[in-house]
Formats: sequence, C-alpha cells, structure tokens
Amino acid sequence: MGSSSCLDGGQLHVLAVDDNVIERKFIEALLKNSSYKVTTAENGRSALEYLGLLGETKPSPMRTNDAKVNLIITDYSMPGMTGYELMKKVKESSNFKEIPFVIMSSENIPTRIEKCLEDGAQEFMLKPLQQSDVKKLKYHMQKIDSHLHGRLCLGL
Amino acid sequence: MDVSQLQRSWVEFLTALFNEGFLDSQFNQLLQLQDESNPNFVAEVVTDFFHDSERLLNELTGVLDQQIVDFKKVDSHVHQLKGSSASIGVERVKNMCIAFKAFCEESNREGCLRCLHQVKQEYFLVKDKLQTLFMLEQQIVAAGGSPPLM
Repeated sequence: MGSSSCLDGGQLHVLAVDDNVIERKFIEALLKNSSYKVTTAENGRSALEYLGLLGETKPSPMRTNDAKVNLIITDYSMPGMTGYELMKKVKESSNFKEIPFVIMSSENIPTRIEKCLEDGAQEFMLKPLQQSDVKKLKYHMQKIDSHLHGRLCLGL
Repeated sequence: MDVSQLQRSWVEFLTALFNEGFLDSQFNQLLQLQDESNPNFVAEVVTDFFHDSERLLNELTGVLDQQIVDFKKVDSHVHQLKGSSASIGVERVKNMCIAFKAFCEESNREGCLRCLHQVKQEYFLVKDKLQTLFMLEQQIVAAGGSPPLM
C-alpha cells in the first residue's frame, strides 16, 4: 500500500461530504485506508463552515491551517444544498477556488454528470465507491502551497 | 471445535451469503478495510447500518400510515436506505429499495406498502444472517484465531 503524502512528508487532506451516516463512515474508512487525512461533513453548510466560508470575511490563520484541504469529495444529492451547489460556492471564494472537487452519486444521470464536469468537477464517481476509486484521487490533488513552491505533489 | 474448523465454517457461511444473493461484491470492500489497525470495522459499520435502517423503516411505516402520504418524504427515506444498503453490499435490500423508489415516483401507495413489507422481510433476513456471521467470528476469536481474509 503506497503512502499518500507530498514530497515534504505532509499528509494529503480530504474533506468528504455526505448526508448519509453509513456512507460517510464507509468513505472515511476508504480514504484512511489510502493514508489520506480525512475530515467529514454531513452537509454543504457544515462543509462551508469548516472551510471558513460561512459569512466570515476573513478566516483566522488558525482556521486556514485547519482547513488546509487538498481535495473535496462530495455526494451530489444532499438536503439543503447539493454537492454541485457546494462546489459552485467554494469555487466562488478566493481561498479555495483551485481545490479539486470530485462529485459522487448513486444515480447515473448523464446530464447531471456533464454539468458537474463542465462546471469544475475533476471527476464524477458512481456510488458505491471502491478502494480503487479512492486510490485514483491522488492524481487530482494538489499540494496547498504549490503555487508558492511550484512543486508537484506525487502520490506513491 | 478447533480454530481451523471454525474458520472453515465462517468461510462456508459467508460464501453461501454471496451465492444466495444476500451480499454482493461491495461487501468485499468492507472486509478489505478490516485489519489490525481496524479490527472491528465490519461489525461496527454493519451495526450502525442496523440502527440506521431500523430508524428509516420505522419512519417509512409512519409516513405511509398517514391519511395523506408525503411521497417526497418516502422517497427521501428510501433513497437513504438504498444508499447505505448499496455501500454495505446487502444486495436484496438494495434491489427492493430500487423497486420501492419506482412506486414512490408514481405516488403509488399500494405499491409502496407492498415494497415496505418486502424490504422489511429482506432486511430482517439479512440482519439475522450477518449476526450469525459475527457470532461465528467471535467464536473464532474466542478460540484464539482470527477470521480468514477473503
């Protein structure tokens, strides 16, 4: 099993958003099994709150550190805010607009998939997820400071 | 019984669950996530699944019992149950949920009630099977062994 870390040894951090408690637990286990650090959120609002994007004009330095996220994987169908809407909101922000998004759904709806991919998702995955799906995620991830250091983060 | 006999029983029982369609290949994903650092993963997730499913089945019973059925609510609960049963790999329950959803979309109360009855049957059947599997696992551990990795 390879490690999912950047060249400087930092662990890749994934924010996983899903309103179903079983699916959240399952995705968390899959991600941890691939050596990612995982934070879960049960809906779009919680995810935005975690990222410091809910009504705060400036995230505090502490908050920015905690919310260093390399990729967001979210369910599409969630109450209140869909995964697509979450992605749009996150991409509107200056801090997180470059964060890669992967959207998951149990429903294979081509128009939905196309829209997600056109509007910024790196990948659309059909549920239920498997370990092999999660292993692929590292190819979409960026090192947070890559725009400063210009280094590519390679998963092994 | 010695450990290897118990392990054989476990493998036979699990294999039968796959062959009889109670479980599908997704269950293998769960088994693969269980290791020394996460020794009780399957039992934990499945136990959570039991609690969550029974909650959903109770809610569904309540909603379908109303004079005027809120099919949006029914659909939402069935969607949840379908999602979690798909993630765990309990195939028959998942398939019943797919049928259930179709009746929901037609706002077909009779169809929904029939599906609810069938989902409950399938759910309690597979719950019983999985509890037996966990019991076999506990016997293996008590005898000093560990369940074979599939």
